[in-house]
Amino acid sequence: MRLDLTHIQRWIEPGSRVLDLGCADGEFLQTLRDQRQVRGTGIEIDQHNINKAISRGLNIIEQDMDKGLDNFPDQSFDTVVLAHALQAVHYPDRVLEEMLRIGRQGIVTFPNFGHWRCRLFLGAKGRMPVSRFMPHTWYNTPNIHFCTVHDFEALCRDLGIRILARDVVGNTDRKPMLANAWPNMFATTAIYHITR
Amino acid sequence: MNRSPDSQSVGIVKPQLARFDEPLMLACGRALSSYELVYETYGELNGDKSNAVLICHALSGHHHAAGFHSEEDLKPGWWNECIGPGKPIDTNRFFVVSANNIGGCHGSTGPTSINPETGKPWGPDFPSLRARDWVHSQARLADRLGIDCWAAVIGGSLGGMQAMRWSLEYPDRLKHCIVIAAALKLSAQNLAFNELARQAIISDPAFEDGNYIYKGAIPGQGLALARMVGHITYLSDEAMANKFGRELRSGSFEKGDEDNIEFQVQSYLRYQGSQFSGSFDANTYILMTRALDYFDLARDYEHDPVQAFSNATCSFFVASFSTDWRFAPTRSREIVNALIAAERPVTYTEIEADEGHDAFLMPIPRYLQAFSAYMKRVGDR
Repeated sequence: MRLDLTHIQRWIEPGSRVLDLGCADGEFLQTLRDQRQVRGTGIEIDQHNINKAISRGLNIIEQDMDKGLDNFPDQSFDTVVLAHALQAVHYPDRVLEEMLRIGRQGIVTFPNFGHWRCRLFLGAKGRMPVSRFMPHTWYNTPNIHFCTVHDFEALCRDLGIRILARDVVGNTDRKPMLANAWPNMFATTAIYHITR
Repeated sequence: MNRSPDSQSVGIVKPQLARFDEPLMLACGRALSSYELVYETYGELNGDKSNAVLICHALSGHHHAAGFHSEEDLKPGWWNECIGPGKPIDTNRFFVVSANNIGGCHGSTGPTSINPETGKPWGPDFPSLRARDWVHSQARLADRLGIDCWAAVIGGSLGGMQAMRWSLEYPDRLKHCIVIAAALKLSAQNLAFNELARQAIISDPAFEDGNYIYKGAIPGQGLALARMVGHITYLSDEAMANKFGRELRSGSFEKGDEDNIEFQVQSYLRYQGSQFSGSFDANTYILMTRALDYFDLARDYEHDPVQAFSNATCSFFVASFSTDWRFAPTRSREIVNALIAAERPVTYTEIEADEGHDAFLMPIPRYLQAFSAYMKRVGDR
């Protein structure tokens, strides 16, 4: 499982209700269900992912979150997860607000565009970064709203969202000391636990 | 010949008849003193009778959902694409029960049956029915077969609406409710099409207020017209374009109007109309379309579908098709949103398909995959 997903499990209470926005093939929801008895729902738009997630026995709703999430009632979930999807939605700010309307708490993970490799790529080569974590070229990427750690925290301030905790994934699987100390420069993936 | 390979077919099947002599109180206030249900079963009922699934048919459907009636039979049951070994409703795992609704004309008690009080066919005097009457009549069939709880109740179109009614009338008697190309209630446009179909029948001089049955007549023209209207609404513009385009069946434009020009789509509609008028009872069609018109899942729950679904205890699978304009994806999303708000477990998928409403009967790979994927969890404990 992707490292950011391993990291965020500890913020999810056993037996709680979780809504996973852009749940991909449902691997994360399945883990939460099997290991933490979580009652999960996923929303997804990719057909193959949906069928895979259904076959895992998960409750999946085919829905495009760019067209709104107003079918989910206020505070109907304990936790709303947006993992590696913030950068792919049309209105990241609206999605964040919706997450905290629907859920008591939110968990957001995204690739950090402030990472030194991105800066080097753009600064030295003058080209949009392409890497293992961001494998798409600029013209065919689903990722349309890249941001940095600083950008995200500024947005949370503007929206009145409280950051309960921040975690990072660094360049290697080892303990990411540099990324913890200077996340905007060294985190490849930023992870946030948020609430109102 | 379109026969599935043997390994994918339930093979030759035989309808059975169940008779119930205890009166059935109907939603309209009248009662049927006794009734019969014709049904088919596929697969084997397991020891603890936990693998039974019920199929609910659509407006003009019947009990023959899969397999063939004889070696010479070329036309399989109406949902043969979805029922059989290795298919979404896998007869290696499930015991499938498929009954003709009362009010029907394929063997269950309906307008063509004999009214015990008069000794003559019911005809237009057959009591008006609601989906819940079908549900109650089928609950007795479940009792008869020893099935306390269906692993799933499954239906498309009107059958999907009936399946939802099951989830509210007998919440303890189903684990999963599978609702394909359905709606909480008909839209004004749907009502309008049904009225058009009924008027086509009623205005046929042979109909005689439904009394044709006592005169050995059939309002064939009216029935055919009604079916033609129906078929137009079951297909999408894309499906009609793909299937027929502007191809000619006969004649040509060379000689102007002298030559008898017939488009393929005309020929198709006439064929469907004439097939139908030879096999379907006009009073049944009127009765069934009215039951469909009157269906409103939430009416008895203060018109609030969330309150309605709060009474259900099963899990739901809802599917719709992108070009279905008779029961559009928006209608299915209303079901899904009410289920979400009622905190019922629900899975929803919207299948890209050109075939319109009829898509629910078709072997569309992504549809069959999603359906199969969901059915994997049905029957698991």
